[in-house]
Amino acid sequence: MWIEANIAFKFLRQGRIQTALILVGVAVGVAVIVFVVALINGLQGNIIERTLGTQSHIRVQPPEEVNLRPSAPGSTIELLNEDKRPQRLRSINNWLEVQAALDGLPGLKAVSPMASGPGFARRGEVLRSVSLMGIDPARYERIIPIRDDIVEGEFRVGAGDAVIGKQLADELGVKAGNKLRLEAGQGRDAIVNVAGIFELGVRELDARFVYLDLTQAQALLALPGGVTQIDVTVNDIFAADVSSARIARLTGLKSESWMETNAQLMNALSSQSISTNIISLMVALSVAFGIASVLAVSVTQRTREIGILRAIGTTRRQMLGVFLLQGGLVGLVGSAIGGFAAYALVWLFNTIGPGLFYIPIGPVLIPASMALATVTGVLSAMAPAWRASRLDPVVAIRYV
Amino acid sequence: MSDGVLRLEGLRKSYNVGLPTEVEVLHGIDLKVGRHDFAALIGPSGSGKSTLLNVIGLLDTPTQGELYLLDRPTRAMDDDERTALRGSSIGFVFQFHHLIQAFTALENVLMPLMVTRGKPDADATERAWALLKAVGIESFAAKKPNELSGGQQQRVAIARALITRPALLLADEPTGNLDTRTAAETFALFRKFNEEFGCAVLVVTHDPRLSESCDRTINLVDGLIVSDTLNSRTGAAAGAGAGATGDRDDHPL
Repeated sequence: MWIEANIAFKFLRQGRIQTALILVGVAVGVAVIVFVVALINGLQGNIIERTLGTQSHIRVQPPEEVNLRPSAPGSTIELLNEDKRPQRLRSINNWLEVQAALDGLPGLKAVSPMASGPGFARRGEVLRSVSLMGIDPARYERIIPIRDDIVEGEFRVGAGDAVIGKQLADELGVKAGNKLRLEAGQGRDAIVNVAGIFELGVRELDARFVYLDLTQAQALLALPGGVTQIDVTVNDIFAADVSSARIARLTGLKSESWMETNAQLMNALSSQSISTNIISLMVALSVAFGIASVLAVSVTQRTREIGILRAIGTTRRQMLGVFLLQGGLVGLVGSAIGGFAAYALVWLFNTIGPGLFYIPIGPVLIPASMALATVTGVLSAMAPAWRASRLDPVVAIRYV
Repeated sequence: MSDGVLRLEGLRKSYNVGLPTEVEVLHGIDLKVGRHDFAALIGPSGSGKSTLLNVIGLLDTPTQGELYLLDRPTRAMDDDERTALRGSSIGFVFQFHHLIQAFTALENVLMPLMVTRGKPDADATERAWALLKAVGIESFAAKKPNELSGGQQQRVAIARALITRPALLLADEPTGNLDTRTAAETFALFRKFNEEFGCAVLVVTHDPRLSESCDRTINLVDGLIVSDTLNSRTGAAAGAGAGATGDRDDHPL
């Protein structure tokens, strides 16, 4: 191995211009791949973070109410005109047990029950429709870290304290410490103290969310002791659909992952990933052909030297090794340069770029690209290396 | 002297075997080369000298007959075996010196050892220096081939051919592109190594002055050895019965 590496290295060093050109080719290719992958990862991470910053990964709800009907006797044709049943606000049966079961499930990060339903917030003459959300603050904060988004007052829910969105507060003209009347229909209402005001940055949510103590919400919504949904976050967000299916199987409840609720977004993300992969593949292919063609030229140029090396005792396998190693070396060194260039580009983007979002460059991306480029280099070298190893020394030595 | 290096028995070589263009270049060669022989292989162009040299050098395989190198039959060997035997027992000197340009003179000399045994040890390096000294160019050891003159390059090639202490040194027109004086010096080196290291030398040459200074002249015409004579200068040294008869079967080996 030592002599193969030695010859490979010396051959590359001797063919200075060729080597420099192909190194630049590999470097540019790898830089493009690394930068595009990092960019798309950053972009997608940013989008997902924004999306999931205001919602749980999985929402567990009571199963939908359906019409029960006697099954028709066999081999009869049934004509049915069915009115769907309205979905009442219902509690999850035995939700404490469900919560306990979910707490013990691996892969889940947080489980938080919620009693939520529609209501109105009234202050003086102003009436706004809101979502009343009764939460267990300690659990809920692990789903959405609402404390980070408080712009006024503090995140305190319970015993007559509510936390509302900035938009709603502005519309109602309330500040932290003001009182607010909440109505849930059929004469159920409560006066709460606005303990804090949050701003999630999503207008719709900031105008509608009213966080209450779980018990208070249960009373307002006429769901004594019940919750209408359980929010779950998972460790691996892209495995949320798997966890969701598992929860549905386990509990018999309706379980929806963020991927289902945001199908459109998922579609966009996966299209983006596919196009990134295609671009990377094309660039990698052109790099591979570049390496192969440079080595093919090198084999032709060195035909006589290959003949001599064979004559003085170099085996076919060693000859093969010399050229495979050249491919690998070109891939490794070129991708190291390219990785460095991509790192610099990302740094530039993050420092003086448009500042739309931050591109993280993981610790794996560059080493993985280098490993892949090295393997690609070796694979690209296969054909020329094979030709070198099969050269007839008699013919090769006389080659001019 | 029974210690033969090389023995050819009824060796034939054809090209394009099985095709309509099949042509036989060597028509049954019998030849013995002893351990201390210093022989010239001469003959007109197209007589098959180079083919014979390639077959002897295990670069090419005979179509028929057998070639014994150090008493080992070689025809049935696969490429790896032949490569190994070639690497250990045969030294090549080509007309156009054929050094590896990317390596220094010293590395070129060490190359046959490096490709068979890997990184050279102190002993091997010392031997390479000794050989460079013997061919008179130790001061150029660190130079690349393209920084050396033709004669110097050929000396490096000779040193390279001898680094493995081969039993047989094959040279194909080694002085073909050297001036007369350099050619004579190169030939003197062959002679020196033949005597000092006891390695058999077989030289293909067109130059009658060089072939005459060899101990033995093998004349190949149209793929057959037409004469195999001991030259008078060394007739005594080659032993009794060296009558320069021209009949190859009489060669005393």
